[in-house]
Amino acid sequence: MRVTHRDVVCSFCGTLCDDIEVDVEDGRIAEVRHACRIGTTKFLSASRHEHRLLKPMVRENGRLKEVSLEEAVERAAEILAGAQRPLLYGWSSTSCEAQSVGIELAEVLGGVIDNTSTVCHGPSTIAVHEAGFISCTLGEVKNRADLVIYWGANPMHAHPRHLSRYSIYPRGYFRERGHQDRTLVVVDVRRTDTARLAQKFVRVQPGRDYELISALRAVVNGRKLPMDEVAGVSREDIEELAEMMKSCSFGVLFFGMGLTQSPGRHRNIDNAICLVRDLNTYTKFVIMPMRGHYNVVGFSEVLSWQAGFPFAVDFSKGYAWYNPGETTANDVLQRGECDAMLVVASDPVSNFPKPSVENMLKMPIVAIDVHPTPTTMVADVVIPAAIAGIEVEGTAYRMDVVPLRLRKVVEPPEGVLSDVEVLQRILERVKEIKG
Amino acid sequence: MKLVLKNGYVYDPANGVNGEKMDIFIENGKIVEEVSGAKEIDCSGMLVMPGGVEIHSHIAGGKVNTARLMRPEDHLRNVAPRTSVTRSVCGYSTPSTFLTGYAYSKMGYTTAFTAALPPLMARHTHEELHDIPMLDKGALTVMGNNWLIMHYLSEGRIEHACAYAAWLLRATKGYAIKAVNPGGSEAWGWGRDVRSLDDRVPHFDITPREIIRGLMEINERLSLPHSVHLHPNNLGRVGNFTTTLETLELTRDVKPSRERQVLQLTHAQFHSYGGDSWRNFSSEAESIAKAVNSSDRLVLDMGQVVFGDTTTMTADGPMEYYLSSLTGLKWANKDIELETAPGVTPFVYSEKSPVSGVQWAIGLELALLVESPEKVMLTTDHPNGAPFFTYPKIVAWLMSAKSREEVLERLHRAAQKNTVLGSIDREYGWSEICWVTRTAQARSLGLESKGHLGVGADADVAVYRIDPESTDPARDYEAVERAFSATALTVKGGEVVVRDGEVVKVVSGRTLYVDAGVGEELEREVLKDVDYYFKRFYTVNLANYPVQEVYLTSPEAVKVDSGVR
Repeated sequence: MRVTHRDVVCSFCGTLCDDIEVDVEDGRIAEVRHACRIGTTKFLSASRHEHRLLKPMVRENGRLKEVSLEEAVERAAEILAGAQRPLLYGWSSTSCEAQSVGIELAEVLGGVIDNTSTVCHGPSTIAVHEAGFISCTLGEVKNRADLVIYWGANPMHAHPRHLSRYSIYPRGYFRERGHQDRTLVVVDVRRTDTARLAQKFVRVQPGRDYELISALRAVVNGRKLPMDEVAGVSREDIEELAEMMKSCSFGVLFFGMGLTQSPGRHRNIDNAICLVRDLNTYTKFVIMPMRGHYNVVGFSEVLSWQAGFPFAVDFSKGYAWYNPGETTANDVLQRGECDAMLVVASDPVSNFPKPSVENMLKMPIVAIDVHPTPTTMVADVVIPAAIAGIEVEGTAYRMDVVPLRLRKVVEPPEGVLSDVEVLQRILERVKEIKG
Repeated sequence: MKLVLKNGYVYDPANGVNGEKMDIFIENGKIVEEVSGAKEIDCSGMLVMPGGVEIHSHIAGGKVNTARLMRPEDHLRNVAPRTSVTRSVCGYSTPSTFLTGYAYSKMGYTTAFTAALPPLMARHTHEELHDIPMLDKGALTVMGNNWLIMHYLSEGRIEHACAYAAWLLRATKGYAIKAVNPGGSEAWGWGRDVRSLDDRVPHFDITPREIIRGLMEINERLSLPHSVHLHPNNLGRVGNFTTTLETLELTRDVKPSRERQVLQLTHAQFHSYGGDSWRNFSSEAESIAKAVNSSDRLVLDMGQVVFGDTTTMTADGPMEYYLSSLTGLKWANKDIELETAPGVTPFVYSEKSPVSGVQWAIGLELALLVESPEKVMLTTDHPNGAPFFTYPKIVAWLMSAKSREEVLERLHRAAQKNTVLGSIDREYGWSEICWVTRTAQARSLGLESKGHLGVGADADVAVYRIDPESTDPARDYEAVERAFSATALTVKGGEVVVRDGEVVKVVSGRTLYVDAGVGEELEREVLKDVDYYFKRFYTVNLANYPVQEVYLTSPEAVKVDSGVR
C-alpha cells in the first residue's frame, strides 16, 4: 500500500523546504517529489539500511563490538562523567529537542559544547555581536526584493531550491513577474553556476572581499575612489554596483562561506553588515547568511535562550562562559585540553584540521549518528540514531530563523531510538554517577 | 496537596480585603474555604498577596533571542551555576529563559504574558515559553500590520476579519490581539513609517486609524477575554501625545463586550511626550492621565524607565532604526513576511540625560495621576524601559514621595522643569500596590482565577517579609524594595516554590491561549483566503504554520463562543 505524506520538511540544508511529498510503500520510502537532488537522496537513503548504523557498539581490545543499548549508554556515561573536560560537538543536523538535552548534559558535565558553526558561520555570529543584524524572513525577499546579491555563495550547488523558492524566480506580492522584476548580482572569486545566471557578475580577487566592501561603502556614502580598481574590480564596476544598491527599492545581500572563511572572516561580515546599515539611509536593504546544515540555526537559538550564547559555550565554571578563540571546539582540541568527546550528528574526523583530529584520536569518543562515518570508525562507543525529519519529529530553524515542525514519514530501523532518547538516557545515567 | 498560610496580613483588594490578619487555605492548587490536617506555615508579621501577574514583558521569542545573540556582553551579568534544583543562569536585560522564570518567581510573580508574538515565529515563542519555569504563561499575537487583516478591514469585511483573527489566535496559540505601530511596521518593509493616524499605509488602502478601530471591533465582536493591546504609532517621538490622545478617542465608538476596557494603552510612558524637539522635550502625562480618568474603556501600563543599561526591542521596526541612528549603537532588524517588523538596539538611560530624566518622571506621573489603581499596571515594558528586575524599586517609588525626591534631585534639571512629578504628594498604599502588580492585570486579561485570593482562585500566593502594620513605606522605602525583591514564600499552584528568596522547587506552569469559535461556513470561506495567501505569498506551507500543542506546557484553551457567523 502506498501512502503519500505531504508538506514534509526536508531535513538537509538551511533552506528547509517544507513542500516535499513522500510516498511510502510497505514502510519504505518509495518516491520523493519537489525536493532537490540532495534532499531526495537523503530521504531515499533512510530506507537503505545497509548504509545505516543499526546496532550500538563499544570498542573492546581495539575492535568495535555490538552490544546492547544499555551497555552502550553505560559506557558512554562512564566516559563522559569520568572526563575532566569533555567536548560535546556536532548538533547542527539534529532537532532542537536533541540540542536541548545536549546543553543540559554539557552543563551537568561542566564540559564545552560547540556546534558546526564553529567552522562555517561562527564568524557571522561574532560579527552580529559587533555590528547587529539587519535581516528579514525569506518571504520578505520573495514579495519585495528587486535586487538580490549572492556574495561568496553558490546556491545552485549548495542550496539548490533557494533561488526558485525565495529569491529570484518566485512571483511575489510586489514582484508579480518573478525574475523579470528582479536583478541578480553575484560576487565571487570564480564564475560559479549561480554567477552564470546573474545579470551582473563581479569577480573579486581571493581574500580581498573586505577591501571591496570598504570601497562599496565609500562610494555608497558619496566618496570618489582615488584608485582605478579595488580587489581586482574596476572603479566603474564598483560605482555601478553601489548605484544599483542605492537605487533599488528592496535589496538583499546573501553571503556564504566565501566571506566567512576567507581572510578577514568576521571582519568581512562586520563590514558587510555596516554596508547594509549605510544603505538603509537611502533605501531598504537586508542581509542574510546562507546557512548550511538544516538546523545549525536551531542550535544557536536554543543555546542562546538557555545559556545566553550562540555557540562555543564552556560550562567548566558551572555557568556558561563564551569566548570564541578560547572556547571554540578546535581551539580546545588543539590546546590538548579535552579528555573525552561526544559527537552527535557530525563527522569532525573528516572535517576538522589535522592537529585537532590528532588530539581527538588520543581520547575516548562517544558518537551518536545515523550512518557510519570516519568519526564513528574511531569512536569507542557508537550509538545509532533515528533520522530527525524522516523517522522522528522535532523542531528545526530555517536559515532566516523561521521554526518548522519536522515530520515523521517512516519508522526507524528496529531497536533504533531518536538521539533525544539516547541523550536523555546518557544524561540520567551521568546524573546518577555524578551524584 | 493541602496548605495553610497562617496569620499573615492579607491584601486582596478585589475581594475587599485590605490588610486583615487571616489564614489562606489551599487544596489541590486552589484557594478553598477551609482545610483540615494541612501543613501550616506561619506568616505572622508578613504581607500576603495574590501571586504577581505580568501583562507586558518581552521574555520569549524571536526578537528576544536576537537580542541575546547580539548582546553576549549582557550574559556576563547575573551568572550563577547549576544547583540541585535549578539550571545555570545568566543575563540582565536579556536573561536566559530559566533565569526569567526563577527571577519572576522570587519577586512573587506566578503568571507572565510575553508582549508580542509574531504569528510566523509563534513556534519559537512557545519553545522559549516552554523553557520558562515557575510561571503560567501566555502570549499576545501581533495583528496590527497583518496583510489579511488590513485587506479585510479595507474591504469592510469585518466578519471575515473576525474569523481570521480567531483562527490566527488558535494557530499561534495566542491569548489576545496585540497591535504595534499599526501600518508603520508594514511601511517599514520599504524603509518608511506612518506618522499620523490618517497616513495611508503604502500599497494598502487603509490608515492606522482604520486598523485600530477595526481591531477593536474584531475584539469586541469575538468577545475575547482581553481587550486590544495597543502600542500606538509614533512611539518615542517628541510631541507624540497628540497621536496618543487621538488614538484613545477612538475607543468612544466601541462598545465593550465584557466587563473590561476596550483598549490597553501599553507602555504609556513612551507615548506621553510633549515638546517639539529634544531640546524642550517634556511630559504630557497629565493629558494622558486625564483621558484615562475620564473614560471607563481605557487602562494603561506604565512602561517605566529605570536608569541603566538595557536592550530595547519591539515589533516597531522603524522606531528601532530611528533609535539606533540616534545612538549609533548596534541594531538588529527582523522583518517578518506579511505580518510585522521587529527590531532591537541597546540603550542606556542616564541620570545625566535631560531626556532620560523626563522619561523616568513620566512613568511615575502616569501611575500617580490616574486616580484609580484599577486602571494602572506596573511594567517597564521589559526590557525596553528597564529589565523587570527593577520592579521592587518602582514599588518603592510609588509608595514614597521622599524616595522620588531623592532621585529627582540627582537628575538633570529638565526632569524637574519639564514634569510635574515633584509636585505630586500621592503615595500608594499596599492595596494599590496589589492592584498595579497583579489584580489590575488579571482583570484586564480576563483571568478570573488570578489576581485575587477568593475561594476558587488559583493557589498562587506571594508572602513578603515585611510587616505592613509597623512599616511606614513612605519612610522605610528601602525596606519595601528589599521585601519585594525576594519573597519569604512564593506559592504556585498550591506548592511552595520559593522560600526566603531561593527557588526550592521548579515547576512548569500552564500555557493559556484563546480558542474563539466562529460560524463554520464563515471559517471555511476565510480558510480559502488563508490558503491563497499561503500558496502565493508565504514561504511556508499552510499545514506547517499552526503551532502544535506539543510545544505548550500544560496547554489550557480558554474557549469563547463569539457568536460571529
